[in-house]
Amino acid sequence: MSALTTNYLTPSGREEAWRFTPLKRLAGLHDISVDIADRISISNRDSLPAGVKLTNPLSTDFPPAYESNDVVTNRIRKAVQKISLLTIDNDLELAEPIFLARKAGSSAELSRVVIQAGINSKATVVIENNGVGEIGEEIEISLATGASLNFISLQEWDRSAVHIGQHHAIIGKDAQFTSYVVSIGGSVVRISPTVEFTGSGAFADLYGIYFATDGQHLEHRIHVDHSVPNAKSRVNYKGALAGNAAHTVWIGDVYIHKGADGTDTYELNRNLLLTEGARADSVPNLEIETGEIVGAGHASTTGRFDDEQLFYLQSRGIPSDIARRLVIRGFFSEIVTKLKSEELEERLMGRIDAELAKVGE
Amino acid sequence: MSVLEIKNLQVSVVTDAGNKEILRGVDITIKSGETHAIMGPNGSGKSTLAYSIAGHPKYMITGGSVTLDGADVLEMSVDERAKAGLFLAMQYPVEVPGVSVSNFLRTAVTAIRGEAPKVRTWVGEVKAAMASLNMDTAFSERNVNEGFSGGEKKRHEILQMELLKPKIAILDETDSGLDVDALRIVSEGVNRVKANSELGVMLITHYTRILRYIKPDFVHVFANGKIVEEGGPELADKLEEKGYAEYITA
Repeated sequence: MSALTTNYLTPSGREEAWRFTPLKRLAGLHDISVDIADRISISNRDSLPAGVKLTNPLSTDFPPAYESNDVVTNRIRKAVQKISLLTIDNDLELAEPIFLARKAGSSAELSRVVIQAGINSKATVVIENNGVGEIGEEIEISLATGASLNFISLQEWDRSAVHIGQHHAIIGKDAQFTSYVVSIGGSVVRISPTVEFTGSGAFADLYGIYFATDGQHLEHRIHVDHSVPNAKSRVNYKGALAGNAAHTVWIGDVYIHKGADGTDTYELNRNLLLTEGARADSVPNLEIETGEIVGAGHASTTGRFDDEQLFYLQSRGIPSDIARRLVIRGFFSEIVTKLKSEELEERLMGRIDAELAKVGE
Repeated sequence: MSVLEIKNLQVSVVTDAGNKEILRGVDITIKSGETHAIMGPNGSGKSTLAYSIAGHPKYMITGGSVTLDGADVLEMSVDERAKAGLFLAMQYPVEVPGVSVSNFLRTAVTAIRGEAPKVRTWVGEVKAAMASLNMDTAFSERNVNEGFSGGEKKRHEILQMELLKPKIAILDETDSGLDVDALRIVSEGVNRVKANSELGVMLITHYTRILRYIKPDFVHVFANGKIVEEGGPELADKLEEKGYAEYITA
């Protein structure tokens, strides 16, 4: 564990990591200015299949497997007594997703979750965040050799919710990690999906969808750390924004260390501004310490709604509201269809439609 | 029997340097079953005429009128014009990422017909229309115009025309970018729709080539934002021979 004192310093808003975040709206999660409860708020939605367990052991029995420089993550580690531990047995292959529901309490809280995917296991884990809540969360995800895990975090919060989270994946040899971070609800959502590789042949696919309307702050801070040879990563986040003071932040940090030969990485962020008054910040960063790589690149675009697409669809008799919905659904479909679950695809598209329906109200 | 009546139409385009006048008083009347070729040099305003009738927001109508069976087209929104029976086959059809052709066609037909087509008959209808345009059925799973070749885009436009069954179709440089085979397939598609309906056609073109396949009843020569000469099919032969030089210098 790092002993850096800065890890515990309350952010002032001038730090690089906090400069975009509206600190006053964080419900004290970052500075512990209010009482913050340590309670277990994760439970399984359906009964768990054989070979999958959800328990609540002492946090001290499961010390963090990585160093975090995030102030909230470090406070969670200090504060929580018990964690939510989800284990998936070796060689277990599950066709159906495991749904975990997050029911936050009436006051601010901190939560630590550990997910362990066994050797050669194949599973999908979905965390559903609904309702009201003020929550600081750390999710540590370990993939053993050859494991394949889809991890889906749905932020479908009510509009008052505050959610600060770090989702850190430790990906073993030949393991495949795919994450989908979907942020639609909440007042402030700030999630840091971070990834490290511990064995070669590992692969991380990080997808994200966000839709910010009036006054929402949705922030995603990706960090992919390539420190072993021959690992591959892809990042693709797409967001739509509409309405006054809708704000999204996307940070895409990719670090390729010396010795991480054969690294193959590409990150992409696209933002679609649907109205005036919305703001999308998009900051890709790529640091490379070795020249012996397969590829490394990034792209970031932020653009307005394409009126030519709208005209084309309308000229075929399609009314403007349906035409807009088609274009927005089309914009997100590249990522939504990758979920490969009809239930989840329809649910997400329904959420996107509902957000769009708010525009222009 | 439908009539599209364009009277003294004047149109400007909004540019950074101010409004630029493009159409300087266009008069043309197209009735069901008639094919009118609008021919003229590049930059004469042919496409502006097409897009103005369809209602593209870039163009500002400064004078004149457009009516379809007496109804004021210029007062209608873009989708209302399509529902009224106007169709524009575009020179540069727009890509719509993430929207499949099948979803697009179904949505458009539902909007135009006022109700969703019956699934069983609809699939057959689309398949037959695609087959007659030499389009593979896999085409319907692709995204609208995304990665289409020039010929595929034009065939897709004519496919839409076949399914939407407009009263009056404006074909804007449908022949551009087509090789001989594609031109024949697309032209046959237009002729088939004409044979099966009372479609009136405004065929905008720079070259006489497409007129070998789609026979016009009337030819209008367009230059400098207005019609400068009118006649029957023989006028196209004259243009083939002499080009547009006399109209440009005039």
